[in-house]
Amino acid sequence: MRAGIEGLLLGLLSLLATASPASAATASGGGFELSQRCPPSFELTSRGVCEFRDRYQLYDSLQGRGVGGTRTSLPPHRDGFTPQQIDLGRYLFFDPVLSGDGTLSCASCHRPDKGLADGRPRSVGVDGRDVPRAAPTLWNVAFLKRLFWDARAESLEAQALGPLFSPVEMGNEPAKLLKSLNGNATYRRLFGEAFPSRQGAITTDDVASALTAFESTLVSFNSRYDRYVHGHAAALNDRELEGLNVFRSFVARCSECHTPPLFTNGEVAVIGAPEPKGRAFDAGAQDVFHAPKLRGGFRVPTLRNIARTAPYMHSGAFTTLRETVEFYNKGRGNAVPKGEQLYLHWHISSPDLTEREVDRIVDFLQTLTDETFMPQVPERVPSGLPPLDNPVRTASARPVANSQGAVR
Amino acid sequence: MNKTIKGLLVAVAVVAAFAGGAYLGRASKSKVVITDTSAGAQYTGGFRAEGETAEQVRASMAAGSLRNVAGAAGSQVVVVKDGESILQAVKNAQPGTTIRVMPGTYHETVYIDKDDIRIIGVIEAGRRPVLDGEKKLNDAILYSGNNFVVENLEIRNYKGNGVMGQAGNNFEIRNNVVVDTGVYGIFPQLGQNGVVEHNVVSGIADAAIYVGMSDNIHVAHNEVFASVAGIEIENSRHAIVENNYVHDNAGGLLAFVTPGLPIKTTQDVIFRNNFVVGNNHENFGAPGSTVSGIPSGTGVLIMAADDVVLEGNIIADNKVAGVIITDHGHAANITVDPESEPNSDRVRLLDNVMLKNGYDTIPEGKALLLAEGKGGKALDIVRVGPSPGSCIINRHQYVTAGVGDFGECDFTNTDGIATYLLPPVPPRKIDPSERGKVAYLGICSGCHIYNGRMIGPAVQVIQALYLDNPQGIADYIAQPVKKRPDYPEMPPQDYLDPETRLAVAQYMLQVRN
Repeated sequence: MRAGIEGLLLGLLSLLATASPASAATASGGGFELSQRCPPSFELTSRGVCEFRDRYQLYDSLQGRGVGGTRTSLPPHRDGFTPQQIDLGRYLFFDPVLSGDGTLSCASCHRPDKGLADGRPRSVGVDGRDVPRAAPTLWNVAFLKRLFWDARAESLEAQALGPLFSPVEMGNEPAKLLKSLNGNATYRRLFGEAFPSRQGAITTDDVASALTAFESTLVSFNSRYDRYVHGHAAALNDRELEGLNVFRSFVARCSECHTPPLFTNGEVAVIGAPEPKGRAFDAGAQDVFHAPKLRGGFRVPTLRNIARTAPYMHSGAFTTLRETVEFYNKGRGNAVPKGEQLYLHWHISSPDLTEREVDRIVDFLQTLTDETFMPQVPERVPSGLPPLDNPVRTASARPVANSQGAVR
Repeated sequence: MNKTIKGLLVAVAVVAAFAGGAYLGRASKSKVVITDTSAGAQYTGGFRAEGETAEQVRASMAAGSLRNVAGAAGSQVVVVKDGESILQAVKNAQPGTTIRVMPGTYHETVYIDKDDIRIIGVIEAGRRPVLDGEKKLNDAILYSGNNFVVENLEIRNYKGNGVMGQAGNNFEIRNNVVVDTGVYGIFPQLGQNGVVEHNVVSGIADAAIYVGMSDNIHVAHNEVFASVAGIEIENSRHAIVENNYVHDNAGGLLAFVTPGLPIKTTQDVIFRNNFVVGNNHENFGAPGSTVSGIPSGTGVLIMAADDVVLEGNIIADNKVAGVIITDHGHAANITVDPESEPNSDRVRLLDNVMLKNGYDTIPEGKALLLAEGKGGKALDIVRVGPSPGSCIINRHQYVTAGVGDFGECDFTNTDGIATYLLPPVPPRKIDPSERGKVAYLGICSGCHIYNGRMIGPAVQVIQALYLDNPQGIADYIAQPVKKRPDYPEMPPQDYLDPETRLAVAQYMLQVRN
């Protein structure tokens, strides 16, 4: 009897599947349709917007700041975008039309197969050269109050436009970007659908809003560590539990700055991490805040999905997690260049962990991996360029033309 | 010694030179104002639970109930004997369990990531259960659960902390002896509503008792000594520190804002009726630590904290000064934080007994005294850096420097505030539908959508299959079996407890979009 019903329903299921709007965008020839559905972990409210829902919301935190121990709520976050805005952001995110020469999309440096980072010590910009710093992961960026390694942006919108218009990153200019988008009928229609109240031409603000909408849905709170937190004691094995306890001990002090549940406290810290050989010292947040005491300071990065985002530190000085943990164990100031006087963070100590303890921390860090809600790369993007990035670029370090014939 | 001077008070001399004339002028025409503290207004700037009057707070404290912030003990009792593991008992315990630890020696780190656990030592004829880290283990007690109680232990020879809290609320840390446990003796962090009382803590390389980023705290009747700092209240609000014996540390009582932390303020701290005596211990703080900059010989140090009230303390024989009030600008080993307000606003110095302080003060202290035309070999209270809105009563009693512009306080006592503790904060009531919804959206929606194929079958399909049978879903997801040839097999969701599995099933059955 039950099997019978199920057979019937399987038929219904395949019917529903073909009717699903998500697949319609890629199935039909001309049309790009924006999803009407919120991504996983988001609820479509009666106002028609997507709001974040997660089990961490069942907890509290001191002063609502979202830092603490195991069962602690998350910090304030960005959400409240419509499904259409989020999906438009996804198309833009993967569309190389955003770069000056049509070779790079946001996803070139925030790759789904590299933990939403790019696996490089420093990212590579439009002219094929290293940019000064590594691409940070985008997992859980909705919860950050400051963006960029040097904490210079205070919103995702402000952040999004940074690389877009940086001559060494995506190398675009506002006028050129708006010309490409407004000159594309599909984008004109999609922006109209995503922002129904707006009038006239697409603006850079619209682009930043859509990218923010998409990026705010990149959430990762289903790791094995999270299962442990929510009450499943067996989610972590003995080595990992030992690692958790070294991690949060006051000898290693990792969790003092990489505070759960985000595994960052969002602050700037001067830890004295080295530059890779041959690279000049990076003053970091000193320049942003005009504060000599923040010389060499960087935003504390999240450790969620850290096993997916090697190499490590702001300019990729360390290739493995173990090397990175060892840096902290080698003693306060062990990599500060001669002649530099840094105000190292007070938690940068000389913990003198055993080799075994270092190994256990690395074991624990692996439990913070969760990419179940990785967004889908669109099969096509409205510009007609190859999504993600343009192979022209990988074929030559110095591309001369993109598929639209624009010479850089 | 020279090093520590440079550490904290590096720029004092400069300030003195700049402001000296003004101080001189004031000092020469000051007149004595005597305030009777047996009368006068009470401090009202504090905090009470919503709707509570000061009378209610006092009454409940008199009855003793407010010291029991963790709530009533559960009925489950487990006994751990010498040779057994306290941690194993915690792992096996259900919330609500009291773990009685018999005298003996235990070499372990005990972590508590669940609510309502009490670890209560049994003291037999003076013999306590001893947690001995043998200088190999990091922390002794590490809790993140709410309603945690730890009593009657002796903790020694750890490298990190004796008792460390990470975000547990409603905690009680009581009657413990903590000796040489590394960086901190007792360190509740990021918690609300906690008591630290009747502990004896010594030999600590930073603060013996360190309340960090916490609200509604009561620290009372502790003895802290032979440590770099005695009791430190940092980036915390609504704290009372009273009736403690704070002696032979480098610095006695501290109220700090440390920049660069996610909680940015220290506010509303009452230091009262403490003995702050002979805090002249060598400063053996780790290089780079904030406390390593404290001049050995400091009674009370207020740095960037707001609304700190000092009342009824006996502050004696602290060789640098009885009380130092300063800001971030004068502390060389402190970072900057655009979001941290650097000054000690509204310090209130009520009546205190100060004896024999500042007899061997730092050169900068002498310079300040000289600038105000005060020679001699004493310094009770010194202020460097802005301290707007501060006040002092009966100032003529003390040898002061830099408090000439403090006004008279508009209250004389804190009698109206017995405690800032709250009644046990009840666990947040979580409606099953709310639990089901967040689990459904936070987990299931990654593979299932209402009316289409994602990774797993559509919710509509599941609804038709299970109709009125949420338990069927709850059971299936714990141990799924492959059902559909054209779909991947569902991974088990057995990490969700049965209650959550049922809640999520019920929620799933009524989803409509």
